[in-house]
Amino acid sequence: MAPGALSLAGFFLVWSLAAWWANDPDVPSPLAVAAFMAREASTGELFFHLAVTLARVIAAFAISMVVGTALGLLMGQKRTVDRVLDPWLILLINMPALVLIVLCYIWIGLSEAAAITAVALNKIPNVVITLREGARALDPKLAEMARVYRFSRLTTARHVVLPQLQPYLAAASRSGLALIWKIVLVVELLGRSNGVGFQIHLYFQLFDVTAILGYAFAFVAVMLVIEYTLVQPLETRLTRWRAKPA
Amino acid sequence: MRIDAKDFDRVDGGRIAVLRDLAFSLEPGSFTCLIGPSGCGKTTTLRIMLGLDRDFQGEVRPPSHDARIAAVFQEPRLLPWCTVEQNVRLALPRDATPDLNTLFETLGLGSMRSSYPDELSLGLARRVALARAFAIAPDILLLDEPFVSLDEATAKRMRALLLQLWRGRGVTVLMVTHNVREAVALADRLLLIDGQPAHLTGDVPLPLPQDARTPEYMAVLLDELGTAHPDMLQI
Repeated sequence: MAPGALSLAGFFLVWSLAAWWANDPDVPSPLAVAAFMAREASTGELFFHLAVTLARVIAAFAISMVVGTALGLLMGQKRTVDRVLDPWLILLINMPALVLIVLCYIWIGLSEAAAITAVALNKIPNVVITLREGARALDPKLAEMARVYRFSRLTTARHVVLPQLQPYLAAASRSGLALIWKIVLVVELLGRSNGVGFQIHLYFQLFDVTAILGYAFAFVAVMLVIEYTLVQPLETRLTRWRAKPA
Repeated sequence: MRIDAKDFDRVDGGRIAVLRDLAFSLEPGSFTCLIGPSGCGKTTTLRIMLGLDRDFQGEVRPPSHDARIAAVFQEPRLLPWCTVEQNVRLALPRDATPDLNTLFETLGLGSMRSSYPDELSLGLARRVALARAFAIAPDILLLDEPFVSLDEATAKRMRALLLQLWRGRGVTVLMVTHNVREAVALADRLLLIDGQPAHLTGDVPLPLPQDARTPEYMAVLLDELGTAHPDMLQI
Protein backbone atom coordinates (compact mmCIF):
# COMPACT_ATOMS: atom_id res chain seq x y z
CA MET A 1 0.00 0.00 0.00
CA ALA A 2 2.82 2.42 0.86
CA PRO A 3 4.37 2.51 -2.63
CA GLY A 4 0.90 3.02 -4.07
CA ALA A 5 0.18 5.96 -1.77
CA LEU A 6 3.58 7.48 -2.47
CA SER A 7 3.07 7.18 -6.21
CA LEU A 8 -0.34 8.84 -5.90
CA ALA A 9 1.19 11.68 -3.85
CA GLY A 10 3.80 12.08 -6.58
CA PHE A 11 1.06 12.41 -9.18
CA PHE A 12 -0.61 15.27 -7.27
CA LEU A 13 2.78 16.93 -6.71
CA VAL A 14 3.60 16.90 -10.44
CA TRP A 15 0.13 18.22 -11.17
CA SER A 16 0.50 21.06 -8.61
CA LEU A 17 3.89 22.02 -10.01
CA ALA A 18 2.55 22.03 -13.56
CA ALA A 19 -0.39 24.20 -12.51
CA TRP A 20 1.91 26.63 -10.68
CA TRP A 21 4.31 26.82 -13.63
CA ALA A 22 1.56 27.28 -16.24
CA ASN A 23 -0.26 29.87 -14.12
CA ASP A 24 -3.27 29.66 -16.42
CA PRO A 25 -7.00 29.03 -15.61
CA ASP A 26 -6.90 26.19 -18.20
CA VAL A 27 -4.53 24.27 -15.90
CA PRO A 28 -6.19 24.44 -12.48
CA SER A 29 -4.41 23.18 -9.38
CA PRO A 30 -5.64 20.09 -7.52
CA LEU A 31 -6.84 22.39 -4.74
CA ALA A 32 -8.99 24.42 -7.12
CA VAL A 33 -10.55 21.23 -8.45
CA ALA A 34 -11.18 19.98 -4.91
CA ALA A 35 -12.79 23.31 -3.99
CA PHE A 36 -15.10 23.08 -7.02
CA MET A 37 -16.08 19.52 -6.07
CA ALA A 38 -16.89 20.62 -2.52
CA ARG A 39 -19.03 23.49 -3.86
CA GLU A 40 -20.94 21.24 -6.27
CA ALA A 41 -21.37 18.65 -3.53
CA SER A 42 -22.87 21.20 -1.12
CA THR A 43 -25.58 22.18 -3.65
CA GLY A 44 -26.33 18.48 -4.31
CA GLU A 45 -25.68 19.02 -8.01
CA LEU A 46 -22.65 16.71 -8.02
CA PHE A 47 -24.47 13.81 -6.39
CA PHE A 48 -27.48 14.12 -8.67
CA HIS A 49 -25.38 13.85 -11.84
CA LEU A 50 -23.18 11.10 -10.39
CA ALA A 51 -26.25 9.07 -9.45
CA VAL A 52 -27.84 9.47 -12.88
CA THR A 53 -24.64 8.37 -14.61
CA LEU A 54 -24.10 5.50 -12.20
CA ALA A 55 -27.64 4.23 -12.82
CA ARG A 56 -26.97 4.22 -16.56
CA VAL A 57 -23.65 2.42 -16.03
CA ILE A 58 -25.32 -0.25 -13.91
CA ALA A 59 -28.18 -0.78 -16.37
CA ALA A 60 -25.89 -1.03 -19.39
CA PHE A 61 -23.47 -3.23 -17.48
CA ALA A 62 -26.18 -5.66 -16.39
CA ILE A 63 -27.67 -5.92 -19.87
CA SER A 64 -24.36 -6.44 -21.63
CA MET A 65 -23.13 -9.03 -19.12
CA VAL A 66 -26.33 -11.09 -19.35
CA VAL A 67 -26.68 -10.93 -23.15
CA GLY A 68 -22.92 -11.24 -23.76
CA THR A 69 -22.52 -14.21 -21.42
CA ALA A 70 -25.44 -16.07 -22.96
CA LEU A 71 -24.17 -15.49 -26.50
CA GLY A 72 -20.56 -16.23 -25.57
CA LEU A 73 -21.42 -19.56 -23.96
CA LEU A 74 -23.59 -20.54 -26.91
CA MET A 75 -20.84 -19.65 -29.40
CA GLY A 76 -18.17 -21.39 -27.34
CA GLN A 77 -20.10 -24.64 -27.19
CA LYS A 78 -21.85 -24.87 -30.56
CA ARG A 79 -19.58 -24.61 -33.55
CA THR A 80 -22.37 -23.92 -36.02
CA VAL A 81 -23.67 -21.00 -33.97
CA ASP A 82 -20.12 -19.72 -33.69
CA ARG A 83 -19.62 -19.85 -37.46
CA VAL A 84 -22.91 -18.09 -38.14
CA LEU A 85 -22.54 -15.34 -35.55
CA ASP A 86 -18.81 -14.71 -35.81
CA PRO A 87 -19.01 -12.25 -38.77
CA TRP A 88 -21.69 -10.26 -36.90
CA LEU A 89 -19.42 -10.16 -33.89
CA ILE A 90 -16.48 -8.87 -35.91
CA LEU A 91 -18.71 -6.27 -37.54
CA LEU A 92 -20.04 -5.07 -34.19
CA ILE A 93 -16.70 -4.98 -32.40
CA ASN A 94 -15.15 -2.90 -35.15
CA MET A 95 -18.06 -0.48 -35.39
CA PRO A 96 -17.00 2.85 -33.89
CA ALA A 97 -18.80 3.58 -30.61
CA LEU A 98 -19.86 6.96 -31.96
CA VAL A 99 -21.64 5.43 -34.96
CA LEU A 100 -23.59 3.01 -32.75
CA ILE A 101 -24.62 5.84 -30.45
CA VAL A 102 -25.74 8.14 -33.25
CA LEU A 103 -27.67 5.37 -34.99
CA CYS A 104 -29.41 4.35 -31.76
CA TYR A 105 -30.48 7.95 -31.12
CA ILE A 106 -31.75 8.33 -34.67
CA TRP A 107 -33.58 5.01 -34.87
CA ILE A 108 -34.87 4.68 -31.30
CA GLY A 109 -35.19 8.36 -30.47
CA LEU A 110 -33.46 10.58 -27.91
CA SER A 111 -34.54 8.39 -25.02
CA GLU A 112 -33.08 6.57 -22.04
CA ALA A 113 -33.67 3.26 -23.81
CA ALA A 114 -31.65 4.40 -26.81
CA ALA A 115 -28.81 5.59 -24.58
CA ILE A 116 -28.55 2.31 -22.67
CA THR A 117 -28.96 0.19 -25.82
CA ALA A 118 -26.12 2.09 -27.44
CA VAL A 119 -23.80 1.52 -24.49
CA ALA A 120 -24.73 -2.15 -24.19
CA LEU A 121 -24.16 -2.72 -27.93
CA ASN A 122 -20.68 -1.33 -27.51
CA LYS A 123 -19.85 -3.65 -24.64
CA ILE A 124 -21.61 -6.89 -25.64
CA PRO A 125 -19.03 -8.03 -28.24
CA ASN A 126 -16.26 -7.83 -25.62
CA VAL A 127 -18.21 -9.96 -23.18
CA VAL A 128 -19.04 -12.45 -25.93
CA ILE A 129 -15.40 -12.86 -26.91
CA THR A 130 -14.19 -13.30 -23.32
CA LEU A 131 -16.93 -15.76 -22.36
CA ARG A 132 -16.53 -17.67 -25.60
CA GLU A 133 -12.96 -18.36 -24.57
CA GLY A 134 -14.26 -19.41 -21.16
CA ALA A 135 -16.74 -21.83 -22.68
CA ARG A 136 -14.03 -23.33 -24.87
CA ALA A 137 -11.76 -23.79 -21.85
CA LEU A 138 -14.35 -25.78 -19.86
CA ASP A 139 -12.79 -29.03 -18.70
CA PRO A 140 -14.51 -31.98 -20.43
CA LYS A 141 -13.17 -34.30 -17.71
CA LEU A 142 -15.21 -32.55 -15.03
CA ALA A 143 -18.24 -32.57 -17.32
CA GLU A 144 -17.86 -36.34 -17.72
CA MET A 145 -17.55 -36.76 -13.98
CA ALA A 146 -20.76 -34.78 -13.53
CA ARG A 147 -22.50 -37.00 -16.08
CA VAL A 148 -21.36 -40.26 -14.53
CA TYR A 149 -22.51 -39.12 -11.09
CA ARG A 150 -25.78 -37.83 -12.58
CA PHE A 151 -25.49 -34.26 -11.38
CA SER A 152 -28.69 -32.32 -12.00
CA ARG A 153 -28.56 -29.46 -14.52
CA LEU A 154 -28.65 -26.94 -11.71
CA THR A 155 -25.85 -28.63 -9.75
CA THR A 156 -23.71 -28.89 -12.88
CA ALA A 157 -24.26 -25.22 -13.71
CA ARG A 158 -23.62 -24.01 -10.18
CA HIS A 159 -20.80 -26.25 -9.04
CA VAL A 160 -19.08 -27.39 -12.22
CA VAL A 161 -19.53 -24.74 -14.93
CA LEU A 162 -19.83 -21.43 -13.09
CA PRO A 163 -16.64 -21.77 -11.02
CA GLN A 164 -14.71 -22.50 -14.21
CA LEU A 165 -16.16 -19.40 -15.86
CA GLN A 166 -15.50 -17.18 -12.86
CA PRO A 167 -12.11 -15.80 -14.04
CA TYR A 168 -13.62 -14.99 -17.43
CA LEU A 169 -16.65 -13.33 -15.86
CA ALA A 170 -14.31 -11.34 -13.62
CA ALA A 171 -12.19 -10.24 -16.59
CA ALA A 172 -15.27 -9.26 -18.58
CA SER A 173 -16.76 -7.23 -15.73
CA ARG A 174 -13.46 -5.54 -14.89
CA SER A 175 -12.82 -4.26 -18.38
CA GLY A 176 -16.56 -3.79 -18.75
CA LEU A 177 -17.05 -1.27 -15.98
CA ALA A 178 -14.20 0.92 -17.19
CA LEU A 179 -15.30 0.83 -20.83
CA ILE A 180 -18.96 1.34 -20.06
CA TRP A 181 -18.63 4.44 -17.95
CA LYS A 182 -16.51 6.10 -20.61
CA ILE A 183 -19.09 5.35 -23.28
CA VAL A 184 -21.93 6.44 -21.00
CA LEU A 185 -20.32 9.89 -20.84
CA VAL A 186 -20.30 10.13 -24.63
CA VAL A 187 -23.93 9.02 -24.78
CA GLU A 188 -24.86 11.68 -22.21
CA LEU A 189 -22.93 14.32 -24.07
CA LEU A 190 -24.74 13.56 -27.33
CA GLY A 191 -28.31 13.11 -26.23
CA ARG A 192 -29.13 13.39 -22.53
CA SER A 193 -29.83 16.43 -20.40
CA ASN A 194 -28.28 15.16 -17.15
CA GLY A 195 -25.40 13.03 -15.93
CA VAL A 196 -21.66 13.57 -15.71
CA GLY A 197 -21.26 13.57 -19.49
CA PHE A 198 -23.86 16.31 -19.87
CA GLN A 199 -22.14 18.42 -17.21
CA ILE A 200 -18.76 18.00 -18.86
CA HIS A 201 -20.28 19.08 -22.17
CA LEU A 202 -21.81 22.10 -20.46
CA TYR A 203 -18.52 23.18 -18.88
CA PHE A 204 -16.65 22.49 -22.11
CA GLN A 205 -18.79 25.16 -23.77
CA LEU A 206 -17.75 27.50 -20.94
CA PHE A 207 -14.13 26.34 -21.19
CA ASP A 208 -14.20 25.65 -17.44
CA VAL A 209 -11.42 23.05 -17.01
CA THR A 210 -11.74 23.08 -13.20
CA ALA A 211 -15.33 21.87 -13.47
CA ILE A 212 -14.50 19.28 -16.14
CA LEU A 213 -11.74 17.79 -13.99
CA GLY A 214 -13.94 17.98 -10.91
CA TYR A 215 -16.66 15.86 -12.49
CA ALA A 216 -14.17 13.43 -14.02
CA PHE A 217 -12.38 12.84 -10.72
CA ALA A 218 -15.63 12.52 -8.82
CA PHE A 219 -16.70 9.70 -11.08
CA VAL A 220 -13.30 8.01 -11.00
CA ALA A 221 -13.61 8.09 -7.21
CA VAL A 222 -16.99 6.36 -7.42
CA MET A 223 -15.51 3.64 -9.61
CA LEU A 224 -12.59 3.19 -7.22
CA VAL A 225 -14.99 2.72 -4.33
CA ILE A 226 -16.85 0.07 -6.35
CA GLU A 227 -13.59 -1.67 -7.17
CA TYR A 228 -12.32 -1.81 -3.59
CA THR A 229 -15.58 -2.47 -1.76
CA LEU A 230 -17.35 -4.73 -4.26
CA VAL A 231 -15.18 -6.22 -6.99
CA GLN A 232 -12.05 -7.11 -5.04
CA PRO A 233 -13.68 -8.58 -1.91
CA LEU A 234 -15.98 -10.63 -4.14
CA GLU A 235 -13.03 -11.96 -6.10
CA THR A 236 -11.15 -12.89 -2.92
CA ARG A 237 -14.21 -14.75 -1.70
CA LEU A 238 -14.67 -16.65 -4.95
CA THR A 239 -11.05 -17.71 -5.28
CA ARG A 240 -10.41 -18.72 -1.67
CA TRP A 241 -10.15 -22.37 -2.71
CA ARG A 242 -6.90 -21.77 -4.59
CA ALA A 243 -3.97 -23.09 -2.62
CA LYS A 244 -2.11 -20.18 -1.11
CA PRO A 245 1.48 -19.93 -2.30
CA ALA A 246 3.71 -21.35 0.42
CA MET B 1 -25.27 -61.78 -15.86
CA ARG B 2 -25.04 -58.03 -15.47
CA ILE B 3 -23.28 -56.25 -18.24
CA ASP B 4 -23.22 -57.53 -21.75
CA ALA B 5 -21.05 -55.51 -24.06
CA LYS B 6 -21.05 -56.82 -27.57
CA ASP B 7 -19.31 -56.14 -30.78
CA PHE B 8 -17.74 -52.80 -30.09
CA ASP B 9 -16.79 -51.32 -33.35
CA ARG B 10 -15.64 -47.91 -32.46
CA VAL B 11 -13.98 -46.02 -35.24
CA ASP B 12 -11.62 -43.16 -34.49
CA GLY B 13 -11.02 -40.27 -36.86
CA GLY B 14 -9.25 -42.10 -39.66
CA ARG B 15 -11.47 -45.13 -39.15
CA ILE B 16 -9.21 -47.25 -37.03
CA ALA B 17 -10.94 -50.19 -35.45
CA VAL B 18 -10.13 -50.06 -31.75
CA LEU B 19 -12.29 -52.82 -30.36
CA ARG B 20 -13.83 -55.79 -32.07
CA ASP B 21 -16.13 -58.55 -30.80
CA LEU B 22 -15.56 -57.79 -27.16
CA ALA B 23 -18.29 -59.34 -25.08
CA PHE B 24 -18.41 -60.20 -21.41
CA SER B 25 -20.76 -60.13 -18.48
CA LEU B 26 -19.99 -59.49 -14.85
CA GLU B 27 -21.33 -61.56 -11.95
CA PRO B 28 -23.02 -59.45 -9.28
CA GLY B 29 -20.62 -58.69 -6.47
CA SER B 30 -17.59 -59.88 -8.41
CA PHE B 31 -14.24 -58.12 -8.79
CA THR B 32 -12.99 -58.29 -12.35
CA CYS B 33 -9.80 -56.82 -13.75
CA LEU B 34 -9.55 -55.88 -17.39
CA ILE B 35 -5.92 -56.21 -18.39
CA GLY B 36 -4.12 -55.23 -21.53
CA PRO B 37 -1.14 -53.25 -22.77
CA SER B 38 -1.26 -49.45 -22.78
CA GLY B 39 -3.32 -47.94 -25.57
CA CYS B 40 -5.15 -51.12 -26.49
CA GLY B 41 -8.64 -49.77 -25.76
CA LYS B 42 -9.22 -50.50 -22.07
CA THR B 43 -10.19 -46.94 -21.25
CA THR B 44 -12.37 -46.83 -24.36
CA THR B 45 -14.20 -49.90 -23.09
CA LEU B 46 -14.82 -48.21 -19.75
CA ARG B 47 -15.99 -45.00 -21.39
CA ILE B 48 -18.50 -46.97 -23.45
CA MET B 49 -19.75 -48.74 -20.33
CA LEU B 50 -20.10 -45.39 -18.56
CA GLY B 51 -22.16 -44.02 -21.42
CA LEU B 52 -19.57 -41.32 -22.14
CA ASP B 53 -18.94 -42.64 -25.61
CA ARG B 54 -21.99 -43.56 -27.65
CA ASP B 55 -20.30 -43.84 -31.01
CA PHE B 56 -20.08 -47.61 -31.15
CA GLN B 57 -22.06 -50.61 -32.29
CA GLY B 58 -23.33 -53.01 -29.74
CA GLU B 59 -25.07 -52.70 -26.44
CA VAL B 60 -24.32 -52.21 -22.79
CA ARG B 61 -26.93 -53.76 -20.53
CA PRO B 62 -26.91 -52.57 -16.95
CA PRO B 63 -28.46 -54.91 -14.34
CA SER B 64 -31.49 -52.63 -14.07
CA HIS B 65 -32.36 -49.32 -15.64
CA ASP B 66 -31.86 -47.43 -12.38
CA ALA B 67 -28.60 -49.18 -11.44
CA ARG B 68 -26.17 -46.75 -9.86
CA ILE B 69 -22.81 -46.61 -11.53
CA ALA B 70 -19.77 -44.99 -9.97
CA ALA B 71 -16.43 -44.35 -11.59
CA VAL B 72 -12.92 -43.64 -10.43
CA PHE B 73 -10.94 -42.11 -13.25
CA GLN B 74 -7.19 -42.08 -13.82
CA GLU B 75 -7.09 -38.53 -12.48
CA PRO B 76 -9.13 -37.86 -9.33
CA ARG B 77 -11.42 -35.38 -11.19
CA LEU B 78 -12.41 -33.48 -8.07
CA LEU B 79 -13.92 -30.01 -8.17
CA PRO B 80 -11.04 -27.82 -6.94
CA TRP B 81 -13.39 -25.12 -5.58
CA CYS B 82 -15.27 -27.58 -3.36
CA THR B 83 -13.98 -29.08 -0.14
CA VAL B 84 -13.39 -32.80 0.19
CA GLU B 85 -16.75 -33.26 1.86
CA GLN B 86 -18.60 -31.09 -0.67
CA ASN B 87 -17.04 -33.09 -3.49
CA VAL B 88 -18.45 -36.29 -2.01
CA ARG B 89 -21.83 -34.80 -1.10
CA LEU B 90 -22.43 -33.30 -4.54
CA ALA B 91 -22.31 -36.78 -6.08
CA LEU B 92 -24.93 -38.22 -3.72
CA PRO B 93 -28.39 -39.00 -5.07
CA ARG B 94 -31.03 -36.77 -3.50
CA ASP B 95 -32.50 -39.31 -1.07
CA ALA B 96 -29.21 -40.88 0.02
CA THR B 97 -28.13 -40.75 3.65
CA PRO B 98 -24.84 -42.60 3.66
CA ASP B 99 -22.64 -42.97 6.71
CA LEU B 100 -19.94 -40.57 5.58
CA ASN B 101 -18.21 -40.54 8.96
CA THR B 102 -17.32 -44.23 8.73
CA LEU B 103 -16.36 -43.90 5.08
CA PHE B 104 -14.03 -40.96 5.72
CA GLU B 105 -12.52 -42.70 8.74
CA THR B 106 -11.94 -45.94 6.79
CA LEU B 107 -10.13 -44.02 4.08
CA GLY B 108 -8.16 -41.93 6.59
CA LEU B 109 -9.76 -38.70 5.40
CA GLY B 110 -11.46 -37.79 8.68
CA SER B 111 -9.30 -34.75 9.34
CA MET B 112 -9.42 -33.50 5.73
CA ARG B 113 -13.13 -33.08 5.19
CA SER B 114 -12.87 -29.32 4.86
CA SER B 115 -9.61 -29.26 2.89
CA TYR B 116 -9.57 -28.25 -0.75
CA PRO B 117 -8.29 -30.76 -3.34
CA ASP B 118 -5.30 -28.56 -4.25
CA GLU B 119 -4.05 -28.97 -0.70
CA LEU B 120 -3.96 -32.76 -0.98
CA SER B 121 -1.32 -35.10 -2.37
CA LEU B 122 -2.24 -37.23 -5.37
CA GLY B 123 -2.67 -40.26 -3.13
CA LEU B 124 -5.09 -38.42 -0.87
CA ALA B 125 -7.01 -36.92 -3.79
CA ARG B 126 -7.43 -40.44 -5.18
CA ARG B 127 -8.80 -41.56 -1.85
CA VAL B 128 -11.35 -38.76 -2.04
CA ALA B 129 -12.33 -39.99 -5.51
CA LEU B 130 -12.71 -43.46 -4.02
CA ALA B 131 -14.81 -42.06 -1.16
CA ARG B 132 -17.03 -40.28 -3.68
CA ALA B 133 -17.52 -43.52 -5.61
CA PHE B 134 -18.43 -45.58 -2.54
CA ALA B 135 -20.57 -42.86 -0.98
CA ILE B 136 -23.27 -43.23 -3.60
CA ALA B 137 -23.55 -46.97 -2.74
CA PRO B 138 -23.12 -48.01 -6.36
CA ASP B 139 -24.28 -51.26 -7.89
CA ILE B 140 -21.37 -51.14 -10.27
CA LEU B 141 -17.99 -49.49 -9.75
CA LEU B 142 -15.71 -48.91 -12.70
CA LEU B 143 -12.08 -48.00 -12.00
CA ASP B 144 -9.62 -46.84 -14.62
CA GLU B 145 -6.06 -47.46 -13.43
CA PRO B 146 -6.84 -45.74 -10.15
CA PHE B 147 -3.42 -46.34 -8.62
CA VAL B 148 -1.00 -45.33 -11.38
CA SER B 149 1.78 -42.88 -10.54
CA LEU B 150 1.53 -43.58 -6.81
CA ASP B 151 4.54 -44.88 -4.93
CA GLU B 152 4.30 -48.62 -4.23
CA ALA B 153 3.61 -48.27 -0.48
CA THR B 154 0.72 -45.87 -1.07
CA ALA B 155 -0.64 -47.99 -3.91
CA LYS B 156 -0.55 -51.04 -1.66
CA ARG B 157 -2.52 -49.27 1.07
CA MET B 158 -5.03 -48.05 -1.49
CA ARG B 159 -5.48 -51.59 -2.84
CA ALA B 160 -6.13 -52.90 0.66
CA LEU B 161 -8.70 -50.11 1.19
CA LEU B 162 -10.39 -50.91 -2.09
CA LEU B 163 -10.67 -54.61 -1.14
CA GLN B 164 -12.02 -53.69 2.27
CA LEU B 165 -14.70 -51.42 0.81
CA TRP B 166 -15.60 -53.90 -1.91
CA ARG B 167 -16.11 -56.74 0.59
CA GLY B 168 -18.22 -54.65 2.90
CA ARG B 169 -20.65 -53.50 0.25
CA GLY B 170 -21.23 -56.20 -2.33
CA VAL B 171 -20.60 -53.95 -5.28
CA THR B 172 -19.70 -55.28 -8.72
CA VAL B 173 -16.25 -53.99 -9.59
CA LEU B 174 -14.55 -53.74 -12.93
CA MET B 175 -11.04 -52.34 -12.78
CA VAL B 176 -8.89 -51.51 -15.75
CA THR B 177 -5.16 -51.89 -15.28
CA HIS B 178 -2.02 -52.81 -17.14
CA ASN B 179 -0.39 -53.98 -13.93
CA VAL B 180 -0.78 -57.78 -13.85
CA ARG B 181 0.59 -58.06 -10.31
CA GLU B 182 -2.02 -55.63 -9.07
CA ALA B 183 -4.75 -57.55 -10.90
CA VAL B 184 -3.65 -60.90 -9.49
CA ALA B 185 -3.70 -59.50 -5.98
CA LEU B 186 -7.16 -57.92 -6.25
CA ALA B 187 -9.44 -59.63 -8.73
CA ASP B 188 -11.44 -62.81 -8.67
CA ARG B 189 -11.48 -62.85 -12.44
CA LEU B 190 -9.10 -61.56 -15.08
CA LEU B 191 -10.18 -60.49 -18.54
CA LEU B 192 -7.27 -60.09 -20.92
CA ILE B 193 -7.60 -57.98 -24.01
CA ASP B 194 -5.01 -57.36 -26.67
CA GLY B 195 -4.51 -56.93 -30.38
CA GLN B 196 -5.46 -54.38 -32.95
CA PRO B 197 -8.36 -54.11 -32.97
CA ALA B 198 -8.43 -55.35 -29.40
CA HIS B 199 -10.46 -58.39 -28.50
CA LEU B 200 -10.76 -60.77 -25.57
CA THR B 201 -7.69 -63.03 -25.42
CA GLY B 202 -8.22 -64.65 -22.06
CA ASP B 203 -10.75 -65.11 -19.25
CA VAL B 204 -9.05 -66.39 -16.08
CA PRO B 205 -11.02 -67.09 -12.89
CA LEU B 206 -9.12 -66.69 -9.59
CA PRO B 207 -11.29 -68.56 -7.08
CA LEU B 208 -8.96 -68.29 -4.05
CA PRO B 209 -10.05 -65.48 -1.66
CA GLN B 210 -7.82 -62.42 -1.87
CA ASP B 211 -6.52 -62.55 1.69
CA ALA B 212 -5.54 -66.23 1.32
CA ARG B 213 -3.21 -65.37 -1.55
CA THR B 214 0.38 -65.72 -0.42
CA PRO B 215 3.26 -64.12 -2.34
CA GLU B 216 4.30 -67.65 -3.42
CA TYR B 217 0.82 -68.41 -4.73
CA MET B 218 0.82 -65.19 -6.71
CA ALA B 219 4.28 -65.85 -8.10
CA VAL B 220 3.14 -69.26 -9.39
CA LEU B 221 0.01 -67.68 -10.81
CA LEU B 222 2.01 -65.01 -12.60
CA ASP B 223 4.27 -67.72 -14.01
CA GLU B 224 1.31 -69.69 -15.32
CA LEU B 225 -0.20 -66.56 -16.82
CA GLY B 226 3.10 -65.78 -18.47
CA THR B 227 3.21 -69.20 -20.10
CA ALA B 228 -0.39 -69.14 -21.22
CA HIS B 229 -0.22 -65.55 -22.51
CA PRO B 230 3.39 -64.84 -23.46
CA ASP B 231 2.67 -61.22 -24.49
CA MET B 232 1.52 -60.42 -20.94
CA LEU B 233 4.85 -61.32 -19.38
CA GLN B 234 6.65 -58.21 -20.48
CA ILE B 235 4.37 -56.03 -18.40
